[in-house]
Amino acid sequence: MATATLPIGDLLGRLWELLVRRVDPPLFAITLALVGAGFVTLFSAADQSVARLTNQAVSLGVALTAMWVIANLPPQMLSRAALPLYATATLLLVAVALFGIVVNGSRRWLDLGVIRFQPSELMKIALPLMLAWYFQWREGRIGWQDFVLAAVLIAVPAWLVKRQPDLGTALLLSASGFYVLFLAGLSWRVIVGLVASGAAAGPFLWSHLHDYQRQRILTFIDPSTDPLGAGYHTTQASIAIGSGGVVGKGWLNGTQTHLDFLPDKHTDFIFAVFGEEFGLIGNVLLVAVYLALIGRAMIITSNASTLFARLAAGAVTLMLFTYAFVNMGMVSGILPVVGVPLPFVSYGGTALVSLFIGIGILMNVQANRKLVAS
Amino acid sequence: MRQRRLFSRRRRGVESLSFGAQELRNPERELQRFRGRLAVAAAFVLVAFAALVGRFVYLQVAKHDHYRTLAETNRIAIVPIAPNRGVITDRNGVVLAQSYSAYTLEIQPSRTKNVDATIDALAGIVEVTARDRKRFRKLMEESKNFESLPIRTRLSDEEVARFAANRYRFPGVEIKARLFRHYPFGEVASHAIGYISRIHDRDLSRIAAWDETADYKGTDTIGKVGVELSYERELHGTTGVEEVEVDAAGRAVRTLSRTSPVPGNNLRLSIDIALQAAAEAAFGMRRGALVAIEPATGDVLAFVSKPGYDPNLFVDGIDPTSWQELNESPDKPLLNRPMRGAYPPGSTIKPFLALGALASGRRAPTQAYADPGFFQLPGSSHRFRDDKKGGHGMVDLTRAIVVSCDTYFYLLANETDIDDTHRFMSTLGFGKPTGFDIEGELPGILPSRDWKRQRFAGKQYREEHRKWYLGDSISAGIGQCYTAFTPAQLAHAIATIANDGVAFKPHLVKSIEDARTREVRVLEREPAYALNVKREHLDVIRNALVQVNREGTSATAFKGAGYVSGGKTGTAQVFSLKGEEYREHKVDERLRDHAWYVAYAPADKPAIALAVLVENGGFGAQAAAPIARQVFDYYLLGLKAAGPAPLFGGPTPDAEDASD
Repeated sequence: MATATLPIGDLLGRLWELLVRRVDPPLFAITLALVGAGFVTLFSAADQSVARLTNQAVSLGVALTAMWVIANLPPQMLSRAALPLYATATLLLVAVALFGIVVNGSRRWLDLGVIRFQPSELMKIALPLMLAWYFQWREGRIGWQDFVLAAVLIAVPAWLVKRQPDLGTALLLSASGFYVLFLAGLSWRVIVGLVASGAAAGPFLWSHLHDYQRQRILTFIDPSTDPLGAGYHTTQASIAIGSGGVVGKGWLNGTQTHLDFLPDKHTDFIFAVFGEEFGLIGNVLLVAVYLALIGRAMIITSNASTLFARLAAGAVTLMLFTYAFVNMGMVSGILPVVGVPLPFVSYGGTALVSLFIGIGILMNVQANRKLVAS
Repeated sequence: MRQRRLFSRRRRGVESLSFGAQELRNPERELQRFRGRLAVAAAFVLVAFAALVGRFVYLQVAKHDHYRTLAETNRIAIVPIAPNRGVITDRNGVVLAQSYSAYTLEIQPSRTKNVDATIDALAGIVEVTARDRKRFRKLMEESKNFESLPIRTRLSDEEVARFAANRYRFPGVEIKARLFRHYPFGEVASHAIGYISRIHDRDLSRIAAWDETADYKGTDTIGKVGVELSYERELHGTTGVEEVEVDAAGRAVRTLSRTSPVPGNNLRLSIDIALQAAAEAAFGMRRGALVAIEPATGDVLAFVSKPGYDPNLFVDGIDPTSWQELNESPDKPLLNRPMRGAYPPGSTIKPFLALGALASGRRAPTQAYADPGFFQLPGSSHRFRDDKKGGHGMVDLTRAIVVSCDTYFYLLANETDIDDTHRFMSTLGFGKPTGFDIEGELPGILPSRDWKRQRFAGKQYREEHRKWYLGDSISAGIGQCYTAFTPAQLAHAIATIANDGVAFKPHLVKSIEDARTREVRVLEREPAYALNVKREHLDVIRNALVQVNREGTSATAFKGAGYVSGGKTGTAQVFSLKGEEYREHKVDERLRDHAWYVAYAPADKPAIALAVLVENGGFGAQAAAPIARQVFDYYLLGLKAAGPAPLFGGPTPDAEDASD
């Protein structure tokens, strides 16, 4: 038989082909560069302890597998899964509201015995897929009614998450939904109207915020009001970044980092460690890599073959941008503190898996792009 | 027409979905429009990233000198200062729990290359025992954060000096001044006072739920059980903040500003520690519980759970060997028996059931019944036996309590619906927590039809298991058959009887002293409720209880007492000896009956009411009543006992004196 005599090299070659067939090299290289920067920074942030790196490496393994599986799914599978995923995520959010366990004063988790699961994470992926699927289904006859219905599809999970309470995630969910509406062609008049009414409703919304949420916004305005709490984060992060200067203090030499001034330095505030040790040059390089990531993702989006693929890829792209921008913005003090990790860099398995699922979606879209130049 | 068009379009839509095929009205225009939108988004991304870079330039170039100064020449660390935890005293001001400051030697594992080698080297400078090492291992396993963990606590001044001289050899090892809790009485009252121990994950979520996370920044320990747990927020105090300037190595150089911590409030318990110690001594090696209450206030005077444990073991993390011993001992020293041990009440239930019979009019005090020594349900051959063969003769309500006649109560139970009994007994506090001011109280079991239905609701049970039988009522009539009360419930109920039917919630904390203003806040305890019974009915019961101690089952224990007391003995079956007669010496010690005794004294103006339980003690009159006698003697007359309460042997279960 032919297979029996097949050289081992050929077998490996086929296996390699199977592995890389649907992986987009530029996108993959850029994400790996970010992950690499994450490991380098994490080693410093964890005081050169290897334990955290090992944990992160295990998470990376899981995340890459998830990415590969998503990238290799048949193209219509993603759109078919959208509605069931969305329905499941919504039901789970309702379940959280009814039976969820309270951690740190918020009801966000479902206790599944072995693991705790945060359904809002699933919704982050399910919502844009759902909206993309809906617009694809209505393609060619999309009217204002569809945008109203889409707004409801966004509002329901966003409201469920907001009352957990988790305002940050609710806003991110709304943003991912809004991106789909925007790309699907939501009228500029409506967008301007939304922004204007949002500004007008500010005082009303303020009265509906929880105390800790108001505190965060107040602390954002004046960090010195809460030296032991949230203001401490902002102040210390600004000192870390600012003292880094143009060239930085050098890897493993950040004093803010190593004298324990920086809180959450492995997770949400890891960018402060990066900024302190690598300076302005490092920061600009990092922003450039994110820009490259978003640029590549936009090219993939623009070449997508179906409306569903375009909208889903577009939403993923803009969410990657949003995470990177919001995180670097909050650490450097131009945005209030919300719990958003720096994509691909922050320590934490759940976020890494979610992000690589997003990359998997982009790769899936790229592999099924229109092959005819338009 | 329009309907049909919509329908056909939908059909096409579904097809296009399932085959993933393309179907665009004007593909080129749609695509151009989409790319236009994407271009707008790209422009937005560029603007946002430009804003970020602008911010970086501002921080790292324009304000670089400012931040460099902040970070390098003038590093300001904000150091939380843990408040001193409140002092716990007994009702007379004797200190039961106090914190003091001492030096600890701490290792930060994340900054130490080889923890074991470091500990070995440290052992050459200060004493490090095997127990210290084991405890440190356990702490390392439990701590997720990269925190500093104590290898040695309470260092002597000499040890501190020796380490300071060798400090350069040990990066990541530090001497810290920390607060320690000390419980001078050790085991005595341990279940009431409880203990503090290192903060764990589940404590963190509790702290977060109070919204006090910032206030616990400097605190390592938190109340885990007893008063230490339930009054945590009074005891903890408010954390202070110190702004210090640190040098390049992170050592504090000078203090810039300081907000002092506010110490926690001091608690005065209602417990009399001398009485408590006397009560615990009276138990000797016996296992069991005692709850003594001041009837007129609900003050808990003594709260005994034997065996106890030494709370000092827990304070800086218990070592695994001690923990295993406590946790796996068959004597269950960690079980809070007064509140969490539910035992069948046996005959101690009789005065309460009798009061219910008087209140409902089902029995008059003078009505007498013939006792042949057993009771039979019509049409059944099963004999519910009395303790005394041949019976007690003609028995009225008083005599039924004094000689603890079972047959009288079988007859009463036969005529009383179990739900009526349940209703009356609930008003005495059975079947629900009595409302102690510390957490974890269990409700016990006060059976009813609903209770049985719910208890046997599972699929493995059939309807015949769920149904309430008259036979159940008969056994419940002498405090057996499902019925299970906690010592706290019986103490609370007998205190209510002693206090003319006015019930108070039992409480361990009497007053709270504000640490700053020295202002004492007495926790005003309003009567919880009054029983709906007539005074004359209460008097009948109380007269009967006095006679019990004068000539009834516990007369031996109270012979020659310098006061008049009322009481009732009880013996609770641990397991059923199917129809056989109970022979104490034949039964394994752990399966022997539990001995009960409830009492109050002095009879005319009760100052103390109590419930005593001796696990596997045998007869209440023999094992439990002598403990109550010693407690009363001490509390009312100041008489100190020479040793543990005696066990009265002598009377056999068949003798009238000992029949419970």
